Amino acid sequence: MSTPVTADVLTVSPPAASRRRARGWWGRVARLADSTPATVGAALILVWVVVAALAPLLAPYAPNSNDLAALASTTPSRAHWLGTDHLGRDILSRIVWGARPVLVIAPLAVLGATALGSLLGLAAGYKRGWIDLVVTRSCDIVLSFPVIILYMIILTHFGSSAWNIVGVLTLTKAPIIARIVRGLTLELREREYVAAAKMRGESSLYIMLVEILPNARGPLIVDMCLRTGYNIIIIGVLGFLGIGLPPPDPDWGGMVKDTYGMMMVWPHMALFPCAAISSLVVGFNLLAVGLREIGLRD
Amino acid sequence: MARFAAKHLVFLLLTLFVVSFLVFALNEFSPGDVARKELGAYATQDQVDALTKRLRLDRPLLVRYAEYLGKAATGDLGYSARFKAPVKAVIWKHLANTALLAAIAFACIVPFSMVLGILAGMRESSRLDRAILLFSTLMASIPEFALGVFLASVFVVWLGWLPGTATLVAGGGWSLSAQLVLPVAVIVLFDAGYVISMIRASMVEVMQRPYIRTAVLKGLPFYRVILGHAVRNAMINPITVILLQINYLVAGVVVVETVFAYPGFGRMMLEAALFKDIALIEAGALVAVGLAVLTNILGDVAYMILDPRIRA
Amino acid sequence: MTDRLLELQDLSIAYHGLRRRRGETRVVRGLDLTLHAGEALGLVGESGCGKSTVALSIVRYLGRAGRIVGGRILFEGRDLATVDEATLRGIRGRRIAMVYQDPMASLNPVMTVGRQLMEVPMIHDRAGAAAARARALAMLGEVKLADPEAVMERYPHQLSGGQQQRIVIAMALIAEPALLIMDEPTTGLDVTVEAAVLNLVRELRRRIDSAILFISHNLATVAGVCDRIGVMYRGELVEDGPVRRIFSDPRHPYTRGLLDCLPTLGRDKRQAPLVPIPGQLEPPHVRASGCGFAGRCADVEAGRCTTRPIPLAAFDGEATHRVACVRAAELPVYARRRGDGAVSARPAAAAPVVATEHLGKVYESRRLLGRRRRSVRALSDVDLAAGRRQTLAIVGESGCGKSTLAKVLAGIETATEGRVSLDGAEVGRLGVDARGRELKRKLQMVFQNPDSTLNPSHTVGYTIGRALRRLRDRAPGDLAGGVARLLEVVRLSPEMAARMPRQLSGGEKQRVAIARALAGDPDVVVADEPVSALDVSVQAAIINLLTELQAAHGTTLVFISHDLSVVRYLADHVAVMYLGTVAELGPVERVFAPPCHPYTEALLAAVPAADPDRHGPRIVLEGPLPRPDERPRGCPFATRCPRRVGAVCDDTPPPVQRLADGHRIACHIPADELARLQASLVMIGAS
Repeated sequence: MSTPVTADVLTVSPPAASRRRARGWWGRVARLADSTPATVGAALILVWVVVAALAPLLAPYAPNSNDLAALASTTPSRAHWLGTDHLGRDILSRIVWGARPVLVIAPLAVLGATALGSLLGLAAGYKRGWIDLVVTRSCDIVLSFPVIILYMIILTHFGSSAWNIVGVLTLTKAPIIARIVRGLTLELREREYVAAAKMRGESSLYIMLVEILPNARGPLIVDMCLRTGYNIIIIGVLGFLGIGLPPPDPDWGGMVKDTYGMMMVWPHMALFPCAAISSLVVGFNLLAVGLREIGLRD
Repeated sequence: MARFAAKHLVFLLLTLFVVSFLVFALNEFSPGDVARKELGAYATQDQVDALTKRLRLDRPLLVRYAEYLGKAATGDLGYSARFKAPVKAVIWKHLANTALLAAIAFACIVPFSMVLGILAGMRESSRLDRAILLFSTLMASIPEFALGVFLASVFVVWLGWLPGTATLVAGGGWSLSAQLVLPVAVIVLFDAGYVISMIRASMVEVMQRPYIRTAVLKGLPFYRVILGHAVRNAMINPITVILLQINYLVAGVVVVETVFAYPGFGRMMLEAALFKDIALIEAGALVAVGLAVLTNILGDVAYMILDPRIRA
Repeated sequence: MTDRLLELQDLSIAYHGLRRRRGETRVVRGLDLTLHAGEALGLVGESGCGKSTVALSIVRYLGRAGRIVGGRILFEGRDLATVDEATLRGIRGRRIAMVYQDPMASLNPVMTVGRQLMEVPMIHDRAGAAAARARALAMLGEVKLADPEAVMERYPHQLSGGQQQRIVIAMALIAEPALLIMDEPTTGLDVTVEAAVLNLVRELRRRIDSAILFISHNLATVAGVCDRIGVMYRGELVEDGPVRRIFSDPRHPYTRGLLDCLPTLGRDKRQAPLVPIPGQLEPPHVRASGCGFAGRCADVEAGRCTTRPIPLAAFDGEATHRVACVRAAELPVYARRRGDGAVSARPAAAAPVVATEHLGKVYESRRLLGRRRRSVRALSDVDLAAGRRQTLAIVGESGCGKSTLAKVLAGIETATEGRVSLDGAEVGRLGVDARGRELKRKLQMVFQNPDSTLNPSHTVGYTIGRALRRLRDRAPGDLAGGVARLLEVVRLSPEMAARMPRQLSGGEKQRVAIARALAGDPDVVVADEPVSALDVSVQAAIINLLTELQAAHGTTLVFISHDLSVVRYLADHVAVMYLGTVAELGPVERVFAPPCHPYTEALLAAVPAADPDRHGPRIVLEGPLPRPDERPRGCPFATRCPRRVGAVCDDTPPPVQRLADGHRIACHIPADELARLQASLVMIGAS
């Protein structure tokens, strides 16, 4: 045939700038270092995860044991670095142990909400039709309800065990994620590679899960961080309102509830758990901000 | 336009029905529970059954729901066991208190977050932007009760400038306005954290658009580019979010109300839930969700006004 | 000697990477360019050459990442690179104005057009509202917009693309600037709309004194508008000179290469295959010493060309024609290269492999709770056929239904009327889900946008392998060999299988897409604008690839495009579509010569010719396209046809006149009458 082959053969083009980027997931972790908020946030989270994991080793006292002698002076001292609460329990130990339920419940709820919300959002956005109508309207209904009231009603009715809290958080967060995923799906389904997949005869499930979902990763991960932070706040609030995890196990919100009334005299009892919960949420929110920045730069 | 209104009205009614039914069903599913809650934990089974029969609670759920709706439509929402008063009066009183708080807070949040959000977004990654971003992230990360504790420890415990509670009882020596300062401050700071980040994000996106480049290259001074071109486009999306904050301000502020002992709607709902005051729970849920859908509709209307592309 | 309005002296611009670790990359190096008052200079180059960067640097709008690292930008004596903000603002919009590529995005969607226009005199001349309004209305008249009063109150989304671009031009000219920068102003517009806008620019040049800097990737576009042309490659100016010299005797190998890959209306693949520029565009940070083009130059001489940077020097003593090539004087006078190849005859007509009969498609949008439905007719009564080893091109502008036709053929949409047959089987009502594997294998599609044709989360190997698995039922372990073979067929190295799409260039992505389509060894490949988004030199390579593959595998190619030159080059038969109907159909040399449908005639007249001397009769279509729900009863083209004969065109659908060789025209005017009227058309058919 006509034109000489050499004119057309492409040499392997250098993979350009991407070669400089480290490959794989280690590379992704390393990219976190590019963004200050992401680094700080990840560090904060890591600290708390380590604290929670090593709670038995780190806490100087058992969380529920009362040191009656310390009641004479509950403010921070050599024996109790953060002081004790009104029942003589060491605040530092309670804070350390209190990290555990929080760091288990919040991520679990987020994973549940993400799984459920993604499936609903994908189905609604890809299939359209009556599925879309039902899902969207249900989400609107759940979202238009002030969730605190929902929690109050449900938890007082069914009781507030850890699983109930996970369940109720999942149900109320799933619609938000469904909406986000639906929006992304609506956009991504118009892409040509989706049409190409259809022309190969791929099933709807394959297209939704393999073609569309991986490309929704970015915004979804950022949202998951934000959700986790928000869930931690809610767990704290539930504890504070008295509908969180049952006593006497340490629950940061519950600790504040028990002691904020005595703030005029012993402010430290409420301040330290407040600082604990704030720092953990700040970690997740900063991480989310950083991830968003990194995502935009790519 | 009329179709739009009709569609939303249908949605409002549908949501009201669904939610109130769910709440009703949750509370009154088993007839025995209602009677038991009335009588308390120590009543015998016979007493419970007798009351059940007397209150005709053994009829099917849907019938009871219909009856409830009928009564609600005429304004009879029942009697509150917790507050020992008609539900309507209880709700009104607490709603009015909350409305006061919400109005002041909203009036502060909107301009505060708009100004900061626009200042942050108009020059992304400037020092001002990083500062505002840090501020808003921080504020949105500290739970309301923690914020209340922090502010109280400074202004109440340490400085003594403000009261630690806001029971709206004039007797304690603090004026009404002094009592409101801390609750409003906590609400504004917490909520603004979130709203500022929304507005900032929208502003950053708008500033990347080609029409901003056109405006700049027309030689317009920067303030005109921002005020004349960027802001109106940037506010289209956040408006809905801002209006939805009203929902939060009415019910979500239960935490702030608890911290400062403010007799508001959220706190009322909490007590109702803890006390199992069924009539109050149902009526309160109805009010809350009605308000939620109304703000949704308001948001859509505002969207239509701001964006001429939707009007077509 | 007119004075120098704009002088770029040794201009260098760099972007720094957004990550801390990356350094700066120079995207423009040592540029020397002069523009005189009242002159029109065209700056031409492919993507990434830096032409838009140069334009934006003149108004100092490089964003946070870019900055001027060397040289001066002298405008009316002042160095724009260093003036203070206040002065710069005074110059922007007033002395230098800009027109952009995407007019819809460049206009504020929530402000009326009139207010956006009025802002300019109100800010720069401190005009009052009334005076500003009067000037805006006058300007709208200058840019030939009908009913200026009404247009002033409109919002941008209520206007068509052509109208929007006129508004942007009006906004730029309202302050009577000394320099007008036009950055790809007609890219993305339909070809007839483009012709109208270029016409406007030519006319305006006669009345206003502004100098014009016209940026484009299309040499043909600038040929008709500019006095001088500068060619950029990888951030450097490689050649500049008067427009006639550049086209008749270009001296830089890159310019020659560009001209060689341009398909023009007179050539087809059998007479003169396109000669693409060999090699690949290297990324900007890879910098060899010596000539930037050396890696791809056919005339390169190691040593002379690769050791020292090559300066831009006057050629042959002519100060106005400069070339950055040490061998410029040694190259022969430019003659358009014809690839070596036997001129093969068109394959004989055979039974059609894919055909449509009275095909119609109506989109219904239903509101679930409402009773009203809006129906939009996308296709009506479309009769086409394509045989084995043949290329059928579908040509038309936006809204003509060609994309819908592609989707119906592919099964992504189903027909609402008529039949579609594929190798004998009736598939019109069979969506792609309903077609069996054999049918799916037989017809595959190549899409337009290289950035969205491949899933960014899958490797190249996975994408092609998946196609093999689904279409040929290969076992998962057996795919590697098939993938490697397919990559070779599209001239890509087998190593590519491990790459992700973001690591590939546009041309490479399209090759992968072609490989994916070929996985099932299809009988028919429907290509929907496969080269429209690619640079000219890459286009040529892909077009050649398609031609080769067709010859080797006997594939039928249904090629959809808006670019008539490419169609003329590539197609055996062509169908011209307008508003969902086939206006004309037939062998390509017959369709593109008289007698032709008035719409075809307008299309051909609108194509910018890569020849500055060819200014034949211009046909400018007046008026916007009718809205999809307002289709005319008679001939769909009646509302804009310059040869409309009377009420019969509005009321009666035109008869289909059958001429020789399968040539059909749907027009009320008899064919011989058309031939007579169109005899004076100059540009068609000539090479």
